[in-house]
This record gives sequence, structure tokens and C-alpha cells, in this order.
Amino acid sequence: MKKVLFVMALVVLVAASYAQDIKIGGIGPVTGEAATFGISTKNGMTMAVDEWNAKGGIFGGRKAKLIFEDDKGDPSEGAIVWNKLIQQDNVVAIVGTVMSKVSLVGAPISQAAGIPMISPTSTNEKVTLVGDYIFRACFIDPFQGTVGANFAFNDLKARSAAAIFDLGNDYTKGLAENFKKQFEKLGGKVVAFEGHPTGTTDFKAQLTKILQGKPDVIYIPDYYNDVGLIAKQARELGFKGPLVGGDGWDSPELVKIGGTAVENGFFTNHYSSEDKRAIVQDFVKKYKAKFGAEPDALAALGYDAMYIMLDAIKRAGSTKGAAIRDALKATDINVVSGRIKFDENRNPIKSAVIIEIKNGKQVYRTTVNP
Amino acid sequence: MGSIFSLQQILNGLQLGSIYALIALGYTMVYGIVRLINFAHGDFFMIGAYAAYGSFYMFNALVAGRSGTLAFLVLLAAMIGGASIAYLTNKFAYKPLRYKPKLSSLITAIGVSMFIEYFFSALPAIGPSYRSFPDIIVRKEIRLGNAVISNLVIIDLAVAAILMVGLTLLVRKTTLGKAMRAVSQDKDAARLMGIDIEKVISFTFMVGGAFAGAAGLLAGMTYPRIFPYMGILPGLKAFIAAVLGGIGNIPGAMLGAYIMGIAETFASAYNSLIGEGIAFAILILVLLIRPRGLLGEKIADKI
Amino acid sequence: MNVRKLPRFLIAVVLFYIVVEVLYRTEILNGYLLHIINLSLIYVILATSLNLINGITGQFSLGHMGFAGVGAYVSGSLTTLILKLSVTNPASMLPFLLSIIAGGVVAAFVGFLIGFPSLRLKGDYLAIVTLGFGEIIRTIFNNIDAVGGPRGLLGIPKFSNFTVILVAAFLTVVIIRNLIESSHGRAMLSIRENELAAELVGVNTTRYKVMAFTFGAFFAGIAGGLLAHLIQLAHPTQFGFIKSVEVLIMIYAGGVGSLTGSILAAFGLTFLSEGLRLGIRALADATGLPIGGEWRMVVYALLLIFIMLFRNEGLMGMRESRIIKNVEVD
Repeated sequence: MKKVLFVMALVVLVAASYAQDIKIGGIGPVTGEAATFGISTKNGMTMAVDEWNAKGGIFGGRKAKLIFEDDKGDPSEGAIVWNKLIQQDNVVAIVGTVMSKVSLVGAPISQAAGIPMISPTSTNEKVTLVGDYIFRACFIDPFQGTVGANFAFNDLKARSAAAIFDLGNDYTKGLAENFKKQFEKLGGKVVAFEGHPTGTTDFKAQLTKILQGKPDVIYIPDYYNDVGLIAKQARELGFKGPLVGGDGWDSPELVKIGGTAVENGFFTNHYSSEDKRAIVQDFVKKYKAKFGAEPDALAALGYDAMYIMLDAIKRAGSTKGAAIRDALKATDINVVSGRIKFDENRNPIKSAVIIEIKNGKQVYRTTVNP
Repeated sequence: MGSIFSLQQILNGLQLGSIYALIALGYTMVYGIVRLINFAHGDFFMIGAYAAYGSFYMFNALVAGRSGTLAFLVLLAAMIGGASIAYLTNKFAYKPLRYKPKLSSLITAIGVSMFIEYFFSALPAIGPSYRSFPDIIVRKEIRLGNAVISNLVIIDLAVAAILMVGLTLLVRKTTLGKAMRAVSQDKDAARLMGIDIEKVISFTFMVGGAFAGAAGLLAGMTYPRIFPYMGILPGLKAFIAAVLGGIGNIPGAMLGAYIMGIAETFASAYNSLIGEGIAFAILILVLLIRPRGLLGEKIADKI
Repeated sequence: MNVRKLPRFLIAVVLFYIVVEVLYRTEILNGYLLHIINLSLIYVILATSLNLINGITGQFSLGHMGFAGVGAYVSGSLTTLILKLSVTNPASMLPFLLSIIAGGVVAAFVGFLIGFPSLRLKGDYLAIVTLGFGEIIRTIFNNIDAVGGPRGLLGIPKFSNFTVILVAAFLTVVIIRNLIESSHGRAMLSIRENELAAELVGVNTTRYKVMAFTFGAFFAGIAGGLLAHLIQLAHPTQFGFIKSVEVLIMIYAGGVGSLTGSILAAFGLTFLSEGLRLGIRALADATGLPIGGEWRMVVYALLLIFIMLFRNEGLMGMRESRIIKNVEVD
């Protein structure tokens, strides 16, 4: 009899603690061509949730439960998973997603339902302009392009530049356009501005054209997978000057794919793994132990976005949407990518660092404040 | 304007065309013999690249330093990888539907293609991430006037040429080639002549798969980054090339592939904003003028 | 035409409407499921209209979502950029519907233009040309900055709701069914069965092939417009080749030439893909295996292969349900 009572009590206890879990929706592409980015982001999110739970939960002993859904990098699929997480799973907040085009579909759904959302990596300015429930953890397009142009002009003393970008990807196109604008404003000359189709592996046609303009520097705001190939082909065609890019470069794979071709390369990023702050060193160490790989920028941003959200829920002390939103607005926290506060458009105010690739390693070069 | 047609751009186009050609041949051979667009063919290419990747690390220690032997072994592995997956796909997904409506095999082909991609992407050992492809042969560059020729350009062109000559000899000069031609012309008559049709079809798939595998290795060496979805775009381009040349026609596929490679390079060099669309526009124009492709034969309709 | 049998399909659709509305109002059916139903209905329009081109007329189009893209961008530009309609204003409904129809009309015109190559091209050659056209359309959207370029057309008001989408799907099926059952439809079927023979008995094959493309593109344009106003975005990647293949799968899995099959497959495959989300999670929870969402599409692809291996004419073959059929023909 005692045994039965004990089991019953246990069941009640387990059920009660389960009911108390705070459900957080996570979204990212884990199938399809963007899957590698989605998986990094998911890893970062999972790590943040596990850390908070290990510390005893979010508030009142309540733990976070991550419900992660795949959006395939497809806007239609995004609408489905946003509806699912909010209507079916009743999550209290959403951390997602990677691509701006999908976040732009999710943001109105989150806003209408009053479920706060923070996108780890969607850089399109319009995402957070959807409403006051929508936040992001990354830079917006104009910022990195401008910083890249300033760096190329002032630090690298480049007077002519060329840019190559992905025609089908708003992130890389946005960065390239803003680079061009700023570089020309500074008095430099953009000798070539070339797009390439998404998914292509041969950039030599564009690069051959670019090199005919003899630029001092080439701006390549692509993701690391393309950057490695572009750098290799540019070097093969005889380009010796510096290459500059954005946070899409930040992956251990960059040097593996690009080899020595990415030497004399510089990119804007959220943090440097050389940063001595404990949270950075902890993050890099734990990530390596858990996933057997160095974290890339997406993993760091996934971690940060989740961390910021959980911190806001803790400070709100509530799972009500409006309370979490207000707490998010008041965010002032140290995460991997620095000290984060939000501006009036719910974009993070944080500084950028410039990383140099030297002897196959990422070396901290300088910090740029917004 | 002069810049578009430089020697450099022609070389760029030929290199791209060589890889398309090796993939396009598989499309066209399979189509010629079973009248099926094998949508999974681009994925055979991907598997070839992964087979090369895996075998490189297997053999690297064995033949330490002898990069020629190593390259040959890796090429062999890529071709065997491509041929095996082609054999399995034919056996389990297409053969049961051989005498069923043609379009049901087409949907099965799409299903197989999705399966291979998603399965590789989901397998923890492979995963969806980009992997850097090892340098099997050390890159060297030769300057020729304004143009830079890397040894990879030469390797790509040479391997493609050797394999294509080999294929032409196989089809024209051997008994098996004769059987392939017979089956593609008239299955029933071929069967009556005592040809084991299924064996010939299976063999054709394997040759096509082996070529796609070889293309996977070349692509891996030339564009050193592989991932499970890498076959989609080259597969599509090669398919277009095969149709452009006249699907079912082997020299047509080679011609179509080189035209695609060069057209794409020139179009991208002329105006990258419309480069992608222009390749398709050329294709449509050619097909409007020659509805059965460049080398395709006009077949009279039968009632 | 047998008038007595006309309302059967109407009654079925009205019943469906009432059941869904009641379940939704009583909160048995949540917004997620309603969204899936809406999406399935949009796929019904896409699949039945592609079936008119591929299944009934026997042509082979691989660029169907290109037409949907035209509809999405035209109607989206009208409601968002030109008329600047707002969902809160009830007077906006009529201009919205007109914008959707305008999207369909422009798509139909594009379909009419693309129908012409089909006069000279057959089978796989036609497939490749339609694929090329679809990709060209997508590339154009990608490069027009006025409609957002690769950022997509943003901020489209959410006008599409269950009622609008259901009515559109209903009308599409009825119009296509009536077309098939008319003498025009017979002519289209004759092209599929044997084009040369059809021509010999006096069927104007040119006219009917172009007609199939025009009608098919019109409805695809409608579907594209509804989709854009449902998810509030039109983006080039939604209208590419891979998306066209999704619709292609639906008509062949449902059965070529069977509208019933297309409808069942549109619902079936959309729900299957969602069901697998829950299924994979349940499996992972039950067995403790480290499997996640990345396995969902693996299972989906396997099921697709098995459907085709064991029901290689699709779910319905060429048969039509009695509910959809208007006149009894074999």
C-alpha cells in the first residue's frame, strides 16, 4: 500500500514539475540546403537551455523546455511552424529563425498572438519593424557593410574595391550594397559589383571580370562555404590583395575549405574567440566538448538569442507575453557577443570586432563601436 | 565587351562544361535506354564526391606520398560509388515499375532523389554540413598571357575527354555496346534476339552512375567543398544540357554540356544580374528552333 | 448535362465548411490545424490546375509555381504597394478579390505565351522549356528591387482566410471539372491519348494545348495570390523548380487525370508532412533514440517511393469520385 502511495506521489510530483516547465519554441532549418546553419543555431539554443536548467531553472524552480521545429528555410513552412508552436504547443516565447525571409513570415504571427520572439540571425531591418514583440540578436544589414567599408578604406588603405555577392540571398546582397554605398561615400571607387546565382560553385567568370578592374580589395559578404571557394578561385586567378567579409565567414570550415587562400582576409564579427571574458571561454569550451566542433557565428548567436530570452523571462517572473516583452526591452546583459541592450527598434546595440585570418587562425584585430 | 570572350573565360567555361558533360552523359544514356528522366542522377554525383572523400582518407596512409596512385584509387572509388548507387536505385526503385506508366517512375525518381539527400543529411556520420575536400593533387598555376591555367583545368578536361572517348568506344565497338544500342532502338526486337534486357539496362545505369561519380570527384577537387545537397544544381544543369543536345544522344549530351558551361560563363561575365536567366533563355531559343535538341533526330509520330 | 447531380459536390463542400467553422469556433480545431487546411486547399487549386495541363491534356509542365509566382507578385503589388489596402477596413475585401483575379489574369497571359512552345515541343523537351520559363520568372523577381528582389515582397496584408480560400478551391474544381466534361475537355483528353489521331479527326490541337496552359496558369496565379495573402510574403524561392516538383508529386501520387486524386493528395501529403513532425517526436520520446526533425523528410521520401511502387497509378488511378463527377462517363 505504501509502495502504491509512493508511486502515486511520484507520478503527481513528476506531472506537476512537468506542467511547470516553461515551453520555449525554437525554429531553424534543419533539413534542406540551409540545414548546416540551422543545426549550428539549434546547438547554440540547446546549450543555453541546458545551462539555465542546470543552474536550477528560469524562475521559481521552473525549467525551460525547448520545442524545436524545422522550417526548411522556406517561408511557407515557416508559417506552419509558427502557427504550430503558438497554437498547438502554447509556447510562451519563440527563438527563431535563421533566414530573414522566414522570420518575416513568423514575425506577424508572433506579433498578432502577443508571443515575444527573438531572431538569432535575421539581419533584414524590416524583421523587428513588424511590431514591439519582435527582437533580434544580430547586426542589421547596413551596420556590417558600413563597418567593412570603413575598415577597408581607413585601415587597409584601399582606394578601389570590388564586391561579389549571392544574388538570391538578401543578407549578402544587403551587406554588399551597404559596403558599396559607404566605400563610395568615403571617396573610394567600386570597380566591380558582381552577383552570383545561389548554389553555384564556379565564380571564375565573375572574378575574372572583377580582376580586370584591378581592385585593391574584394568584399565577399557570403557565407563561409562560398567564401572558401571564392577566395581560392580569386587567388588562383592571381589576386593578391586583402579580402573582406562579414559574420558569415565565422566558421572553422572557412580555413579548411579556403586553405591559404583566405589568409590576408578580414571579417566583421560579433565576438572573438580570443576574448578573455569567462562567458566566451566557457561557451567555446563547452561547445567543443558537446558537439565536437568549434562554434561558428550562428551557434554563438543561437546561444545568445536563447540566453537573452531566458534572462528576460526570469526578470519578468511571468510567462505572460507582455511581461516578457517589457523585460526584453529592458535587457542589459553580458553574453558571448558582448554587452547587449536594445535600441528603440529592438535591435541590439553592440560593438563589432574585426577578425583577421593569420596562419589559419582567427586573430582579433580591432573593435568597432556603432 | 572584349573581356567576356577572353581566353580565361573560355577556359572557365570549358572546365565547367567538362563536369556537366560527365553528368549529362548518364542522363542521356539512361533516357536513351528506358525513356526515364532519372531525377536522382544529380545525387549519384554527390555520392561519388563523398566516396572520393572517404576513400582519400582510407588510402592516404597506404600509398603515402604517391599522389598519382592515390588519385587513381580515389577516382576508382568515386566511380564505384556512383555505379553502386545507380545499380541499387535501378534495382529497387525503377525495375519494379519498368512496364508501368512512365510517369510513375518519374515520381519514384524524385522520391529516390529526396531520400538520398535527406538521408545523407540526417545521418550523423555525414550530416548537412559543408566539408572541405582534401587536395588530392597539389594545385599549380601556369600563366599564359593574361590567362591563368591551373593544373586542375587540365585534369578536368583530360579526365572528361578520356572517359568520353572510352564511352564512345564502348558503345560503338563492343558487343555490350551493340546490345545497348539495340535495346535503346527496340526493346522487344532486342529481347527476341536473345539480349538480356534487364542486364543491359542495369549496366547502362552503372556506367552512367560511374561517370557521375567521376564528375563528383572532379567537382570536389575543383570546388573543394562538398555537402549532401550539392547534386541538385549541377544535376539540373546537366539535365538541361542533355536535353539541349538532344536527349538520348551521347555526342549531343557532350556538346550540350560544353555549350551550357561556356554560355553560363559568358553570361555571368557579361552581366551577373541576368546571367542565370540567360542560360535558360538560350536553351529555350535553341529548343524553339530545334525542338528535338541540337543533335536529336526527328522521329515520326506513330499512331 | 445532368442537373440533378450538380449539387452533390456543393453539398459536400458546404458540409465541410460548416464542420470546420464549428470545430474552429468551439476551439476543438486550433489555428495551426486551420492553417494546414488553408494550405491544403491552396494546394488543391495548384494540383487540379496542373492536372489540367499534365493529366488531362497530357502535356508536361515543370514550371507551374512560376505561374503562381506571377499571381502572387501581381496581386501582392496591387494590394500592398499600389492600393495600400488594410485588413481592418471591411471595404478592402472587394479590391483584394479583384487583385487576386488580376493576378490570375496576368498569370493566364503568361501561360498563354508559354503555351505556344508546346505547339512545337513534346514530352521532356516541353518539360525543360516550362522549367526554364519558371526559372526565368523567378530570376526576374529576384532582380526587381521594386518588389523587394531577394528580400521578397514584404508586408502583404493577411486577407486570405478559410472562407475565401475554400470558395476559390471549390470554384476551381467545379470550373475545371465542367471544362473536362465539356466537348473542350474531350478534345484535351484526345490530345493526351493520341495527338496525331486527334488531329486527324479534326481536333484543333494547337488551340486546346494553349487553352490548357492558359486555364492552368490562371488558377495557379489565383493560388499564388491567396498564398501570398495568407503568409504575408511573396518570395522568389517559393516559386522555383523544387516547389513545382511538390505539386507534380501531388498529381501523380493522386492519380493522373483524376481531380479526386489531386484533391486527396493535396490534403494527404500536406497532412502527412505535418503528421510526421508529431510522429518522429513521439518515436524519439518512446524509444529514446536521438532522432530529430531532420529524419522527417527521410520518412516522407520513403513513403512517397512506396506509394508509387505499390500503387503505381497513384491513389485514384484515372478514376473520379462520384461526388466530384457531374455526368457519368467512363
